[in-house]
Amino acid sequence: MREISLHILDIAQNSVAAGAKQIDIQVAADTAADALHIRISDDGCGMDETKVKRVVSPFTTARKTRCVGMGLPLLKMRADQSGGGLSISSRVGVGTVVEATFGLNHIDRAPMGDLPGTMVALVAGNPGIRWLLSATCDGRTFSCDTDEIKAVLGDNVALNVPKVLDWLQDYLKQGLQTIYGGVRI
Amino acid sequence: MKTLADLQAIRESKLQELHNRREHDGPRVVVGMATCGIAAGARPVLQAFMSEIAKSDLKDVMIQQMGCIGMCRLEPIVEIFRGSEDKVTYVHMTPDKVARVVSEHLVNGRPVMEYTIGAAEQH
Repeated sequence: MREISLHILDIAQNSVAAGAKQIDIQVAADTAADALHIRISDDGCGMDETKVKRVVSPFTTARKTRCVGMGLPLLKMRADQSGGGLSISSRVGVGTVVEATFGLNHIDRAPMGDLPGTMVALVAGNPGIRWLLSATCDGRTFSCDTDEIKAVLGDNVALNVPKVLDWLQDYLKQGLQTIYGGVRI
Repeated sequence: MKTLADLQAIRESKLQELHNRREHDGPRVVVGMATCGIAAGARPVLQAFMSEIAKSDLKDVMIQQMGCIGMCRLEPIVEIFRGSEDKVTYVHMTPDKVARVVSEHLVNGRPVMEYTIGAAEQH
């Protein structure tokens, strides 16, 4: 995967599969510390300690079509390559937190890419979940909560109507532009 | 132990299912969004469907996602369900192919045969 935002899309699918009702995605760029953090937390079914240890192996998967799962191992590789790392903490019945750190200016760090596209794909596929996005860059913050959007739409218009998603994509694009000042991270 | 509350919950969920079905009879565009699909480029395909559908003002079309269906070499895969018709499976999708699928299949009801899994598997 060429973009960090694609990894976010992929890892968040695990949260969806875990039956999460609320999924919180945080992206923080810190130029002083030369670090880019991403954090995906959910209130899904969680994993026990032995499973947490096994999930970064490509030979661990919940799918039935094949016995390999590449999502977390690929993200770990990406993070390690840029001088960062991956950490996972989870509790059965409480939820899971996946955190990855990248060297912001490291030559091998993948670009963030199309984060609005990732959010739109997630909301389109799972409109019943409450999605929270919070992006910060050196103290500037932009956040978005699908419950607030739902409150505006009312009961009769769904979140996954293509026109609403189109709006959401532009809204996120503009919001992220304001905190990154037009720079592509 | 099963309780009456369980039964109640089953009833509620069935009611909800019926309700959903009545609410949505329009076509469904289902994009494969597992690791294999994402890595092969499913996200821009989903975005292209979203903007084409919004542009064509197709009000009852719904975009959904699915996991890995075991044919990773054919990703990005998009399945389209229209009413009682057989589902159509498009493979190796790209954003460039989306406008044709939307106008020919979703608007005019004629699947684009050359993009389907049947055409891909003949080669």
